[in-house]
Amino acid sequence: MAKTLFDKVWDQHVVKNIAGDRQVLYIDQHFIHEVTSPQAFNGLRDRDLPIFRIDQILATADHNVPTKDQHLPISEPLSKMQVETLMKNCDEFGVTCYGLGDKNQGIVHVIGPELGITKPGMTIVCGDSHTSTHGAFGNIAFGIGTTQVEQVMASQCLIIEKPKKMRINVNGKLQNGVTAKDIILYIIAQLTAGGGTGHFIEFAGDTIQSLSMEGRMTICNMSIEMGARGGMIAPDETTFDYIKDRPLSPKGEKWNEAVSYWKTLYSEEDAVFDKEYTFKAEDIAPMLTYGTNPGMGIGVQDAVPSTDNTKALTYMDFKPGESLLGKEIQHVFIGSCTNSRIEDLRMVAEFVKGKQKAQNTSVMIVPGSKKVELQAKEEGLDKIFEAAGFELREPGCSACLGMNEDKIPAGEYCVSTSNRNFEGRQGPGARTILASPLMAAVTAVEGKIVDIREYLN
Amino acid sequence: MEKLIKLTSSAVPLPIEDVDTDQIIPARFLKAITKDGFGENLFRDWRYMKDGQPDPNFVLNNDTYTGSILVAGKNFGCGSSREHAAWAITDYGFRVVISSFFADIFKANALNNGLLPIVVSDETLDVIFQKIEENPDHQLTIDVEKQQLSIDEEMHVNFEIDEYKKECLLKGYDDIDYLLSLKGEIESFEKEHLMF
Repeated sequence: MAKTLFDKVWDQHVVKNIAGDRQVLYIDQHFIHEVTSPQAFNGLRDRDLPIFRIDQILATADHNVPTKDQHLPISEPLSKMQVETLMKNCDEFGVTCYGLGDKNQGIVHVIGPELGITKPGMTIVCGDSHTSTHGAFGNIAFGIGTTQVEQVMASQCLIIEKPKKMRINVNGKLQNGVTAKDIILYIIAQLTAGGGTGHFIEFAGDTIQSLSMEGRMTICNMSIEMGARGGMIAPDETTFDYIKDRPLSPKGEKWNEAVSYWKTLYSEEDAVFDKEYTFKAEDIAPMLTYGTNPGMGIGVQDAVPSTDNTKALTYMDFKPGESLLGKEIQHVFIGSCTNSRIEDLRMVAEFVKGKQKAQNTSVMIVPGSKKVELQAKEEGLDKIFEAAGFELREPGCSACLGMNEDKIPAGEYCVSTSNRNFEGRQGPGARTILASPLMAAVTAVEGKIVDIREYLN
Repeated sequence: MEKLIKLTSSAVPLPIEDVDTDQIIPARFLKAITKDGFGENLFRDWRYMKDGQPDPNFVLNNDTYTGSILVAGKNFGCGSSREHAAWAITDYGFRVVISSFFADIFKANALNNGLLPIVVSDETLDVIFQKIEENPDHQLTIDVEKQQLSIDEEMHVNFEIDEYKKECLLKGYDDIDYLLSLKGEIESFEKEHLMF
């Protein structure tokens, strides 16, 4: 039977079939962070178990770290204890850990690709739902719970059911001002927040192929926001060019071998998917969310639709039929594993160069990693941000989930490049509007919602 | 893991759709390094008002509804992979969650903690909500062996559960015990496995 990209990678990792529809799946790479790993380490300790494959696990501190003065001790006692516990656990079990202050530290889904660890054909897991990000390289990457973190630590395997397969094609030319983030927000709005549940998605089509690796990561990152187990994109020259010469990418003869294998990773022509959808790039406008899940998205010119979910509209203080254009915005957050890479920062810098942020709006840019932060400074982006009144912070998950001090005050609006607009996600009572870095940048300058296309044309 | 064989209890209704794990347990309560005590902050921002007082309109603060079964709207547990959500629900005292649809990661996390997610049709879910509204003392019985949900011994609905996970629940086994027993097979697999 003709195989999909997903089948090829999955089947290559099945150790054995067991009762029911379950399989034992081998995991090539495991990433861990401070929030979802401490209980797993405790589990290993209780059973007196070592880490089974110490070279296939990597730790970083990202979720619960301050984004200011990272060289100083963490002031919040519980956060301090959690980050210190990660360092202690990694030390005790021998896990490589890029902690605060390390030149490789950053959001786990930013540093994996950046270091050349994330490659095609792999299985990758992490106790974080946005692990789907790595799928941009043509691998199977998905989020797991802490019990499963412990299982992978102990055996490098998971007991799991093979998900169903979905393909989403996007073809055509994007309008000026429309980015990868708008593509994925559009798809989720079309298919709803639960539309991908039980499935693993392959994103395909010429629009997807035309995206950079960073754009592809933004797309795969948000697969989970429609409930999918993960998303992936067949590797091509763009993928290989990105990986080549990264610190941990294969070198010499090994590189050639790897590339010839990676080139076999695509869905065969007759391969069958359980579900398939096709969208036109031309139909996609700059997107915004109006509600409290990522499926509640509209084009910037569209009116807020009427919905049964009145709770969401009450929370956001929006009314059906209302336009979001002109809505005053108090905060702009540019960051998160969705949009905190160098291209995102360049996109913002290019737009704001020579402009000023609006007086009524505070703007925070949180780079995805120490490397992104350094590169931004080398390219002089920090000067552009400073001149515009944007605050450039140090790396971490920050106001995407509001675990640290970076929170949006109750009742205020934040246009955010992150991935979730759930109630209270950015702080109790905070009202999140998800958007692209470009829409975030123009909001910062105008202090209100405008259509980036009118600005650019 | 604690076994789950048969359970009879009244149920707590939460007829809200797309309940994400940030509502079940907000991120600011994820700083603990053990699995204990999360029940205290279960549904924190819905359960307590800004001044920290319990919100009388939220179901967990309403004495009319008690029991170890939570009945929730569709797409329950979407969003973040935090297992803390399953820990918060079990720590509070629930052993079963009934909905017409669960997010994948939540479902896996629940089963790994002896919390049974039962999927019923949208119609059945409506009936259950209706019955609880009519009489909050209606007793629901969950029989894992028979894979059957019964209401007051009048209405019986069968539910699906993976054969392997059923065995784990009935016997209180963890996946990890099984995986550790496969060490030899995993090592042989690794010898042939292609990795770059």
